[in-house]
Amino acid sequence: MADAVLAVRNLCKSFGALKATENVSLDLKPGEIHALIGPNGAGKSTLIHQIAGTLAPDSGDIDFLGRPVGHLGVVERARMGLGRSFQVSSLAPEFSALRNVMLAVQSRQGSSFRFFRPVMGDASLIEPAMASLERVGLATRARVPAAELSHGERRQLEIAIALALGSQAFLLDEPMAGMGPEGSRSLTGFLDRLREEAPILLVEHDMDAVFALADRVSVLVYGRIIASGTVDQVRTDPEVRRAYLGDPA
Amino acid sequence: MQTALFIEQVLNGLQLGVMLFLMAAGLTLIFGVMGLINLAHGSLYMVGAFACATVAAATGSFWLGLAASLAAAAAAGAIIEILVIRRLYERDHLDQVLATFALILIFSEGTRWLFGSFPLYLDIPPLLRGTVPIPGGSRYQLYRLAIIGVGVAVAVGLFLLISKTRLGMRIRAGESDREMIGALGVDIRTLYTVVFALGAALAGLAGALVGALQSVQVGMGEPVLILAFVVIVIGGIGSIKGALVGALLVGLVDTMGRFLLPQLFGLLMNPSQAGLVGGALASMLIYIVMAVILWVRPQGLFAARG
Amino acid sequence: MTISRETAINVTLALILLAMPFLALQLGKPFYVTLATRMAILGLAAVGLNLALGLGGLVSFGHAAFFGVGGYAAGILASHAFAGQPLNLGLFALPGTNQMLVVWSVAVLAGGLLAAAIGVISLRTSGVYFIMITLAFAQMTYYFAISWPAYGGEDGLSITIRNVVPGINTLIPINYFLVCYALLLTALLIFALIRGSRFGAALQASRQNKLRVASIGIAPFRIGLVAFIISGMITALSGALYADLNRFVSPSMLSWHMSGELIIIVVLGGVGRLWGPVAGAMLFVVFEFVLGGLTERWQFFLGLALLAVVLFARGGLVGFLAGRMRHG
Repeated sequence: MADAVLAVRNLCKSFGALKATENVSLDLKPGEIHALIGPNGAGKSTLIHQIAGTLAPDSGDIDFLGRPVGHLGVVERARMGLGRSFQVSSLAPEFSALRNVMLAVQSRQGSSFRFFRPVMGDASLIEPAMASLERVGLATRARVPAAELSHGERRQLEIAIALALGSQAFLLDEPMAGMGPEGSRSLTGFLDRLREEAPILLVEHDMDAVFALADRVSVLVYGRIIASGTVDQVRTDPEVRRAYLGDPA
Repeated sequence: MQTALFIEQVLNGLQLGVMLFLMAAGLTLIFGVMGLINLAHGSLYMVGAFACATVAAATGSFWLGLAASLAAAAAAGAIIEILVIRRLYERDHLDQVLATFALILIFSEGTRWLFGSFPLYLDIPPLLRGTVPIPGGSRYQLYRLAIIGVGVAVAVGLFLLISKTRLGMRIRAGESDREMIGALGVDIRTLYTVVFALGAALAGLAGALVGALQSVQVGMGEPVLILAFVVIVIGGIGSIKGALVGALLVGLVDTMGRFLLPQLFGLLMNPSQAGLVGGALASMLIYIVMAVILWVRPQGLFAARG
Repeated sequence: MTISRETAINVTLALILLAMPFLALQLGKPFYVTLATRMAILGLAAVGLNLALGLGGLVSFGHAAFFGVGGYAAGILASHAFAGQPLNLGLFALPGTNQMLVVWSVAVLAGGLLAAAIGVISLRTSGVYFIMITLAFAQMTYYFAISWPAYGGEDGLSITIRNVVPGINTLIPINYFLVCYALLLTALLIFALIRGSRFGAALQASRQNKLRVASIGIAPFRIGLVAFIISGMITALSGALYADLNRFVSPSMLSWHMSGELIIIVVLGGVGRLWGPVAGAMLFVVFEFVLGGLTERWQFFLGLALLAVVLFARGGLVGFLAGRMRHG
């Protein structure tokens, strides 16, 4: 347990009478993909928000790289290396894909307070950004505004940004959403290699991808984790089949 | 004597607060339901005052004037909502600010065109002239007390309207979920026009009531508008309760600041200097209060939504 | 390298504004020199606002505060220089001066400090809150100027004689125009550099998606605050020039109408466009002058025109002429 990159313990969050997160504990170990699944409204997004720092939990602890981060804001957690991808929104929709990734490189270098040197001729930004785009297979679309990219391409861009940040852990929120079968397959292959770089907490509806990729799976229903284990353990868990897959057990 | 003066100032503060509530309630309602920032709300206040002064001068009756102020401001509100405002709901705040600023220019110059640059005067109605005794042996203007009474009545009326009536239910639904209310089969365009006209009528009422205390002139709505902004920022935009608390707070702090600060500084320095420093500080006091409240609660005291 | 359409428009605008006062002198209409100077100064003020509004998406309805503070810096220093009394600032005394370079520095510093104070509170919020709070704080400075009688209170403060720049006779109108024009070009250069820089990238991204910018480890609050301060400094500089042009400063420079006019100028010209504020200022001054000459009620028609622009013609003059904005 001590070597977990990310550890969440006894996290609780309520909105009025609704318990969105109820005593959730999970961790993320080096080199693994830990998938978080659950039906719509199970509280997956709320949990991701709390881990990323956009939402404050009512109680519980979050440790990242061995340090408690519960009191830190979004910016500080991101600086520590917690990379997050988003479901719908782009970083800067008006900017080209390249400039989006350059912004991440710039953040990693900690150099946003430079006022005069033009970024568009700055190899120290462009080269790492292009390298990230190439890795996700988006290099040919580098000059296209993010808003004009297809849905799938935007997911790839999100990953390129997380790569450029040099993240120590990835929180990927439905990276497969809206992708065609071809795109899903290639992204699955990519994520499979990405885990060597940093472990991934993967929220995903695409069960083929989850079962192909995940080292461990946690099932979230009504804010509680009802099962956690390997793919096979979870697949055969009667409670999961009942609550999640709708099996009349 | 000091006690009487103090009570008088508190009443003045309440009266200002009540007035600001009439303005702020409309602003915050319009923002809460339609998500619109309306700079021209001060113009509707001015419309109410001019309508009241004109009709009262023509008929000799303040009460007819008061009725005219409600009607004129509501009508003006409905007209601009239909012609201009409804095109702005889906726009960003910058467009809303610009368009409603343009409306101010049109209203102000238009009024100057119609009525000339000289202020109009409006008399306090005979029924409400005179003074009443207050504790401490002094007397207080009946009319100002009546304004406080009107404000309390409007506040109670608004709470009842929003919590008990069908219109109020629709307003609350509109605040929480705009798609939902459309799905419920409510004619949303009419609802918006009605809400806007209601807010306008409240502003017009405030203008008419104050018109009897001050002169009725072009630009009279602008200082009140900005104070009303301070009120709803303090209270939390979209919250009627916040508007009430904020309005009373701003009214009392502003009035008592102007009264007490020069005296307070008088303990430290000579009277003329104290008047100067105290006066200057008093003119900034509500903004300082606003800054402090925002520092602690950036969304205001009773945040409904950002 | 091909020249983009926007660049061509910008060069044309620059040349028209520069040529105007010379042409005016040729035609024997020296008043137009003042008009051109007014365009340059209001353009400069709007370049400042454009940095916050156009790049950062910060709809400040309180830039009159910075404009007026710059104006009062010029007025107060000049009045102390004229009276021969140093200005007592508590910790130290500042001698009055009629040197523009000193006046500008003080104006820029004062504008920056005020912007830092206002920004630190108002940037904790966003949307309509930000608009109303900046408006309220500007109104605070307005009421303060009115109720503080030492520098004229409601009546304002006259500057007996125009401040001086070493080696230039600023009393000659065209010289003063050239001083203002040079400062305008400098501000535009700074704007262009910032827009293309790392800071500018972070600022423009904050406008597009604040939360996402935070999630990659850049703090939008700090970026916005620095932008707001630079913006306030530029607008304060223009206020000092404006006071010098009119040789008069009054609370009206701090009024919310002034804030509104600055926003109008930016929007008329084109939000976020490099030369948009200058185009807007030129349009605004022409409008004010031509319509103001025809009718006393010119603001009525300004209102109608503005309404038409907002409802039907978005993108401003530069947007209309040059088409949509492109980011690299």
